[in-house]
Amino acid sequence: MLLIYCPYCEEERSELEFRQAGDAHIARPRNMTEMSDADFEAFFFLRDNVKGLTFERWRHLNGCGRFFNAARDTVSDKFLTTYKAGLPRPDISALRPAASSPVGTAPVETYEATEADAK
Amino acid sequence: MSELLRSELLGSDLSHARTLALAGRHGGLGAAALTPAAPATRLSLRAKPDAVETLSAALGISLPTRPKTSASSNGRHALWLGPDEWLVIDETEADLMAAAASSNVLHSATDVSHRNTAILVKGFGAEVAVNGGCPQDLTLAAFPINACSRTIFGKAEIVLLRTADDAFRIECWRSFSPYVFGLLSEAAEDAGN
Amino acid sequence: MSGANRIPGAGRLTPAKTARFFFDGKSYAALEGDTVASALLANGVHLVGRSFKYHRPRGIVSAGAEEPNALIGVERDAARKQPNVRATVQDVFDGMKVVSQNRWPSLAFDVGAVNNLLAPFFAAGFYYKTFMWPKQAWKHVYEPQIRAAAGLGVSPTEDDTDHYSSRYAHCDVLVIGAGLAGLSAALAAAKTGARVIICDEQPEVGGALHYDKSVTIDGLDGFTWAQATAANLKRMTNVKVLPRTTAFGYYAQNFVGLNERVTEHLAKPDKKLPRERLWQVRAKRVIIATGAIERHMVFANNDRPGIMLASAARTFLNHFGVTVGKKIGVYTANDSAYEAAFDLKRAGVTIAAIVDSREKPGEGVLAEARALGIEVLTGHGVVNTSGNLRVSSMSVARNGGGAARSIAIDALLMSAGWTPSVHMFSQSRGKVAYDTETQRFLPGAYAQDCLSVGACNGTNDLQATIEESLAAGELTARASGYSASEKLELQGHNAFNWTGGMAGAAEGAGPDTTVKAFIDFQNDVCAKDIRLAVREGMHSIEHIKRFTTNGMATDQGKLSNIHGLAIAAETLGREIPKVGLTTFRAPYTPVTFGTLINHSRGELFDPTRKTPMHALEEAQGAVFEDVGQWKRAWYYARAGEDMHQAVNRECKTVRDVAGMFDASTLGKIEVVGPDAAQFLNLIYTNSWDTLKPGRCRYGIMLREDGFVYDDGVVGRLADDRFHVTTTTGGAARVMNHMEDYLQTEFPHLDVWLTSATEQWAVIAIQGPKAREIIAPLVDGIDLSNEAFPHMSVREGKICGVPTRLFRMSFTGELGFEVNVPADFGPAVWEAIRAQAEPLGACAYGTETMHVLRAEKGYIIVGQDTDGTVTPDDASLGWAVGKKKPDFVGIRGLRRPDLVADGRKQLVGLLTKDPKVVLEEGAQIVADPNQTVPMTMIGHVTSAYWSENCGRSIALALVAGGKARIGETLYVPMPDRTIAVEVSDMVFFDKEGGRLHV
Repeated sequence: MLLIYCPYCEEERSELEFRQAGDAHIARPRNMTEMSDADFEAFFFLRDNVKGLTFERWRHLNGCGRFFNAARDTVSDKFLTTYKAGLPRPDISALRPAASSPVGTAPVETYEATEADAK
Repeated sequence: MSELLRSELLGSDLSHARTLALAGRHGGLGAAALTPAAPATRLSLRAKPDAVETLSAALGISLPTRPKTSASSNGRHALWLGPDEWLVIDETEADLMAAAASSNVLHSATDVSHRNTAILVKGFGAEVAVNGGCPQDLTLAAFPINACSRTIFGKAEIVLLRTADDAFRIECWRSFSPYVFGLLSEAAEDAGN
Repeated sequence: MSGANRIPGAGRLTPAKTARFFFDGKSYAALEGDTVASALLANGVHLVGRSFKYHRPRGIVSAGAEEPNALIGVERDAARKQPNVRATVQDVFDGMKVVSQNRWPSLAFDVGAVNNLLAPFFAAGFYYKTFMWPKQAWKHVYEPQIRAAAGLGVSPTEDDTDHYSSRYAHCDVLVIGAGLAGLSAALAAAKTGARVIICDEQPEVGGALHYDKSVTIDGLDGFTWAQATAANLKRMTNVKVLPRTTAFGYYAQNFVGLNERVTEHLAKPDKKLPRERLWQVRAKRVIIATGAIERHMVFANNDRPGIMLASAARTFLNHFGVTVGKKIGVYTANDSAYEAAFDLKRAGVTIAAIVDSREKPGEGVLAEARALGIEVLTGHGVVNTSGNLRVSSMSVARNGGGAARSIAIDALLMSAGWTPSVHMFSQSRGKVAYDTETQRFLPGAYAQDCLSVGACNGTNDLQATIEESLAAGELTARASGYSASEKLELQGHNAFNWTGGMAGAAEGAGPDTTVKAFIDFQNDVCAKDIRLAVREGMHSIEHIKRFTTNGMATDQGKLSNIHGLAIAAETLGREIPKVGLTTFRAPYTPVTFGTLINHSRGELFDPTRKTPMHALEEAQGAVFEDVGQWKRAWYYARAGEDMHQAVNRECKTVRDVAGMFDASTLGKIEVVGPDAAQFLNLIYTNSWDTLKPGRCRYGIMLREDGFVYDDGVVGRLADDRFHVTTTTGGAARVMNHMEDYLQTEFPHLDVWLTSATEQWAVIAIQGPKAREIIAPLVDGIDLSNEAFPHMSVREGKICGVPTRLFRMSFTGELGFEVNVPADFGPAVWEAIRAQAEPLGACAYGTETMHVLRAEKGYIIVGQDTDGTVTPDDASLGWAVGKKKPDFVGIRGLRRPDLVADGRKQLVGLLTKDPKVVLEEGAQIVADPNQTVPMTMIGHVTSAYWSENCGRSIALALVAGGKARIGETLYVPMPDRTIAVEVSDMVFFDKEGGRLHV
C-alpha cells in the first residue's frame, strides 16, 4: 500500500484515502463544439500507457477532497512528486533517486524483470 | 409503533421526536469505551481564504487554516477538512446556519446536522481502537489533541477529532454509523491486549 | 518422564510442567514449551507424515518455520481444524489433538505409497504429458481423480468460530527477527527514543541462540542475554516486542504485514482474545534480521524419517532437551554440523561418524572432533541410506567411487551450509547479488529504506554481526531524528567460526544417476527431475520451477531453491547468477484467511446502509432488496400474499388512492454559490438560468463522450442554492464527477458542492389522494395546484419539523416528496401513515416504484441505459439545451456514431399475448426463422406485469426502434419464441393529466 504526499494536507497519507483519476495535464478544450472528430478522439479517447515516468491525477477523496497531480514511475510504482492541480509539470530530472548497492556486484535479475526486458 | 402512539403523533409537534441512529448502543471495554455523542448542529462550510476572518467573527470561532487542525470554544468546534472546507459542530445545538448567513460574505453553508452522527471513544486504548480501522499515525506526536482529519475507518469514511490524550470524536454519515460502531467495538475490545 | 529421549539436565523446559496430547489418537507426554515436533521426538516418534506425490514416509527435517515435511492437522473441534500446520512451530498444549496427513488408512501402512513403486511413471512433467488425451477425459476423468488424490490435509467444513483482529501501527524502526542481530539493532534504536517494533516468529526471542550454546554476550549465555534484552526492551514505552509474530509480507514504502498468533498455543484461550492479529505496520525504516536457513545435503534416499538438519538436532537438544537418536551420523559440507555432534556427544549420545564431503574441514572443528573421539571421514559422501519408517543405516563411500561402508545409525544430521534469508529483502523489491566467493545470494541494490544485518546479510562473524546491528539500529533511528547519547557496545564470543558449504547434488547423486536424491521434500522433487526439465528444454529457472514444481509447495522452497538452481546451472553449463533466482513472494509462511479477513466478516463484511425508517418498514412487513450498500424496502407483504400479489396490490392502490414510499436513498447534492446555475449549465444538458427559485426541473447528465451518466430532479431553492438529486447508485460517483469538473475544469466558478444525501429522510406520497394525506400535517405551504404546481419545491414545516417539500412524481400521479432532517424521518413517516391508511393508501416498495414508472415510460439510468445510450436514444432529446454553448458531453453527442441512423433506441414492447411477461435482458430479433446465430437487434431492459394496464409491459433498446413502432418483432426464448409489438414508451395516462391535478 502506497504512501501518497497530499500537497494540500502537506503530509503523506495511506493510499486508502486516495483514488487515481487518470492522466494529468489534459485540459478540456474551450472550443469543444468546434473540434474535429480526430481532435476529439485524441482529447477524450487516446492515452499513452507509459512505462516509466507518467503524470497522473489523484483525488484525496477520503481526506481533503482535492484533486492534485503526481509524477510517478510506473515501473517502480514510486511517486517522484505530487503537486497542486493547475500547476505546470515539474522538472523531474532533479527528483530521480539513485540506486545504491552495498555489495557492489551486479544485481541478479528476478524473473519479472528479465521477462519484461525480453519483451 | 402502537396505534395509541400513532394517534398521539398525529397532528402534534414532532420537533422533539428524533430517532437517533445509534440510540441505545454502547460498546468497548475498559481500554476504550464507546458512547454515541449527543445530537449537535453541524455545518459544512466552504469559503475562500479572504472570507475566513469575517466568517470566523460571525461564527465566534477562529476557522483554522492549517491542515489537520481544529479550533474549539464553548462546545463549538471548527475542523479543517480541506483548504476551503470546514466542518463546524455545535454541541449546544445553536443555529449555525443563521450565524454563517449573518457574515454577508461569499461562502457556502449547508446544514449537515442530521447527515452526520458521532461516536466518542475514550480510554487508554482509544488510539489502538481507532487504529483498528484507521491507517493514520495517531500517536500524540503525529496526531495531537485538537488534530482532526477526514479519513478512512475500515470501509467507511469518518472525520476524526482528537479531544484529549485518550479521547477521540468520530463523525460519520448516519447510515454508516452502525458499521463504524460495530468495527470500533471489536477494535476497542482488542485494544487492551 | 515426558518422553524416553529427553536428556536430564539438557534444554530449557521445566520438567515439572507437563502436558498430554494426542497424535493420531495415541496419547503422548510433553512439556510446556514443547513444539509438536520436539514432543514427538522426545517420545521417539520420527514418522509424522507421508509425502505429497510418492507417499514416502517422512519425518521432521527442521526445528523451525522452514519445515517442509512435518505437516500436521491440529483439531480443536469440528469448526476449528487447521491443516498443514508445521509441527516444528506449533506449541503443544494440554489435550491437543494432532493428526497426520496424506495417508490412508494409516500413517505406517499407506495405500498411496504404491506411487513410490510407480515412481518411474511419475517423472517431472508427468501430469503435463500424460493426461493430454483424449481431450474430454481431462475434465471428466483425470482432473476429478487427481484432485481427489491430491492436496495436503483436510479443510474444516464448518464456519470458523474464532475471531481475528487487525490494527494499523506506525514506527520509526521495524526490526524483523529477534535473534542476536535483531535484538542488538532494536536495542540501539530504542535507546535513542525512536519508536521501535521488533517481531519474531518464535515464542521467545533468541533466533540461533536457541541452539548455539557456545555463544556468550557480555559474559552472559547467549539465550539468557536475549531474554534479558527482550525484557529490557519491553519495559521501554517506545518499544513494542512481538513474539509469535511473523513478518509475512513486505510491501511498498515500508508497509509490512505481521501475523501475530495470539491464542494458538493455549489449551483454553480466552474467548475475548482474537486467535490471530494482523498488524499493518508502516515503518520509517526497516531492519531485516531474519538470519539464515540451513540447507540439507542432496544424496540418495535423503528423505527417511530420522534424517534432519544438524541445527535442528542441536535445537532439539539444547532448547528442548531431546536427543533425536541414540547413534547418530552426521553428513556435512560445512563446519556448523560439527558443533551439533559435539553438543550431542557431550550429552552422552553416540556419534557414529561425521562424514564430510570436503577434504579440508575447518581446522578448529576437526581438532575438537578428534579430541572428543569422534570419527571424521573427510572427502567422503553418504551415497545411500536404508530403513523403511526410520533411517537405520548410511552407506559411506569415498568421493569419486570405491566400496561403500554401511554404518548403523538411528538418526542422520546433515548440513550443506547456510542460505541467507533474503525473502523480506527480495519482497521489498531489493535486488539480490550473487557472492561468488561464498556462493550465496546476498542483498544487493536496495529499493526501500531498509537495512539487512547479520546472517541474512551474509555476515558470519559474531562480533561483526553485533557491531553491524548496533550501527544499523542507531543509523535508522537517526534517520527519524533521534540520536544516541552514548555509544552502545556489546562483546560477543563463540566457539568456532564456520566455513564451508555446497549447493547442488552431493556424491552419488550427480549427473547420470537415477537415485532419489530429494531437493524439495514437500513436492517430492529430486535432483534428477531438474536435469530432466533442462533436457526437455526448460532453460529458465522459472520454467524449471513450474515443470518440476520445485519450490512451489507451502514452504516455497526455503531448503530447495538453491539446490535446484545449482543443479540447473550445472546441467545448463552456466554460472549460477546467469540462471537467475526465482522471485520471493509473500507470504513468507502461510497466513490464515481469518487473519487476512480479520474484522471483515458477518455484519462488518461491508457497511449495510439503512434508511432512518428502516425499522418501521420492517415492522410493516417490508421485504428488502440490496441496492449498492443500501437496503431498500422492495415490497410490503401482507398475510397470505406472495411478492406478485403484494406488488399488484401496491400498484393498484397508488393509482386508485395513494401510496407512501421511502425515497431517502436518492443521492442529494446541495449546490451553493452565485455561479451555481452556471455550473449546472455545464454539468447538465438542460438550461438552468430560466429555472425560477421554487421550481424544479428533470436534468440529464452526460459523460464527455455524449452518453447518459445520471439523471434526477433539481430544485432551485434560491438564486444561489440548488437541491440536486441523483440516482441511488450514482450518488457517490456523480458527486465525484461534479467535483472533478468544478475543481479542475471550471475552478473559476464561485460554487461549492456538499453531499446532503443523508441529511434528509425522504417520504414520497404519490396518488390521487396525496394532497389530502399531507395537507393536515403541512404548515406554511399552500398545497393547491395553482400555488404549488407540478415540479415545484417549497420550504416550510410538516408536523412542526422543517421540510423541503417537493411536488414531483416518478409514478405519473399527483405526488409530493417530503424531505425532513433524517432523525425526524421515522416520526413523520408514522404521522403520514396515520393519515394515509384510513384513506385506503398503503406503503409501497421499490418493485412497485419500478412498475409504476415503467407504465409511464420513465427510464432508470443503469437499467434502461447501459453507458452507450444518448438522450435522443432514450427519447429525452427535449432535455438537451439546443442553444447552449457548452456542457459536458456537447461534443461527444455530435460524434458520427452518435448521430448515425439505426442506433438502438428505447421503445415500448407489447407482447401479443398480454399475459406473457418478457425477461429482462432477453434478446430481440426481427426474423425468428433465421439460422442460428441470429442477428440480434436489441434487448429487453425492463419488463413487468402491469396490474393497472391489465397486461404485461416492457421497455427495450431496439436498433432503429422509433421507426419500428407498430412492427412485430420476436424474442426467442429456450422454450418458445414470443411475438411482440413495438410501441411508444408510455403505457398509462398517455396525456399525463394525472400529474397536474
